[in-house]
Amino acid sequence: MPSWAPLSADQLAERQRGLTEEQLEQRRIVHVNPETVTDVSATDIPGHWGPGQDDSWNLDRFKQNLQIKFHQNKPYDAAFSLIGVDASIANAYRRVLLAEIPTLAIEDVFIFDNTTIVQDEVLCHRLGLIPLTGGYEGLRWLRWYRKPPPKDDFASQATWPYDVDENEADSATPNDHNTIVLTLKVECRWATEEEDGRDGRRLAKEGETDPNLRYVNSNIYAHQLVFEPQGEQAQYFDAENAIQPMNPDILIAKLRPGQRINLRCHCIKGIGVDHAKYSPVATASYRLLPDIKITTPILGADARKFQRCFPRGVIALAPDDAGSGEERAVVADPMKDTVSRECLRHDEFKDKVQLGRIRDHFIFSVESTGQFESDELFLDSVRLLKAKAERFKRHLDELEGGR
Amino acid sequence: MATDGDHEMADATAGAEANGTSGDFVKEKQRLRLLPGSSDTQASFAFEKEDHTLGNALRYMIMKNPDVEFCGYSIPHPSETVMNLRIQTWDNVSVMDVLKRGLSDLADLCDVVEDKFTAARDDFNDSHPDRVATK
Repeated sequence: MPSWAPLSADQLAERQRGLTEEQLEQRRIVHVNPETVTDVSATDIPGHWGPGQDDSWNLDRFKQNLQIKFHQNKPYDAAFSLIGVDASIANAYRRVLLAEIPTLAIEDVFIFDNTTIVQDEVLCHRLGLIPLTGGYEGLRWLRWYRKPPPKDDFASQATWPYDVDENEADSATPNDHNTIVLTLKVECRWATEEEDGRDGRRLAKEGETDPNLRYVNSNIYAHQLVFEPQGEQAQYFDAENAIQPMNPDILIAKLRPGQRINLRCHCIKGIGVDHAKYSPVATASYRLLPDIKITTPILGADARKFQRCFPRGVIALAPDDAGSGEERAVVADPMKDTVSRECLRHDEFKDKVQLGRIRDHFIFSVESTGQFESDELFLDSVRLLKAKAERFKRHLDELEGGR
Repeated sequence: MATDGDHEMADATAGAEANGTSGDFVKEKQRLRLLPGSSDTQASFAFEKEDHTLGNALRYMIMKNPDVEFCGYSIPHPSETVMNLRIQTWDNVSVMDVLKRGLSDLADLCDVVEDKFTAARDDFNDSHPDRVATK
């Protein structure tokens, strides 16, 4: 029947009633079929299911339905389920985690000496990508540094000295409140008897090829970056709170005797939108909870084959209570499933099972690079989205005030 | 605090919020424009320096309002960071009120998520010293 066809009395009554519990559960599922994915969009918009179903925004109902369950909360690796939010909100949190949380990274590198075979720009690029860590208090205290725009960006150059914020005039100059200084000063040389206990040149003549034995400082690692606290930084970044690379064994460059690196790095805060080095997460992702419905019982050998179509632990075999004496397949742990649809490739049970995903159950995985802890990062992303909304409320007030 | 973590708000002084009114000492660049052709019940807004993150979330919150006839967002060109949001309302409801309510609802939602997350995280840490859920 077309949507404009007049409804019968029964249909009218049904529309006035709203959805049943079962129908509400059903509309939470995105169906995964052999070749298609159906019911993808959320239909909890007011008016979609008729006048009887109230889908309008209700904070109390949302608060009741929202559930957060943790699966893992290691310091830099958190996995939790967010149940009861819409995809647009969960996606907003994911996008903010990736791109809009301020993080510290090496930005400007002043090179005094680089006689290695690694080009200046390549070396600087590698330095920028090194994840740094430091005291939480200090990182929050650090302010922003607004770099002057590049000389070839004429549009920004035209307005640059004038659009520097009056409220934070010193955000245009690097100072101890907004810049961290790291230095790297290394030189590679042959190993000598007096200093290192082995004669590199003699070892080389005897046929030794391992550069770690022949030379000293042939591999430059991230732990050789030296943090130099400036001004007030000494009180925030002392002892174990010092700014240091998260992983000290990151290889920066390889040198041979006579080659030197002498450079100074300025680290500033930035966001992932500007450069990926400023993203605080190795990655932040979510997946929807898979849903497996066995509509007709699958018994015996079929059940064992069915179990093998899924990752281990998803399907368990239970005794069949209908009295046939065989084993029956039951869904034990859908979270372990990867929805590979393997079971839909076999004729024995492809009509006995319905696959899908729960539309509002997001299993988040937040892997931090080490500057902040994963749970703090997610809280930051929630607060940041709220700050965006509040900010635009102020802008709207200003817009309305002017009309 | 509204200034926590909001990179754009770094320019406001800490005490600015307490004042309430947008006083002279808070200089935030206006990032919301009303596009021409708008009226009281239908309007298009341009949000500068915003993208799908705020756009889709705000569109969802505004659509949850039963007074809204139409709400959609678009990004006119990926090279310019501008997001357009169009709202049309039923029955003489002001578009400004709808947008303000959508933004408030989004802020309230974030509050609820933050509180529940903190509670769940603290519970989990207390009951799982090794920080991994046993299954």
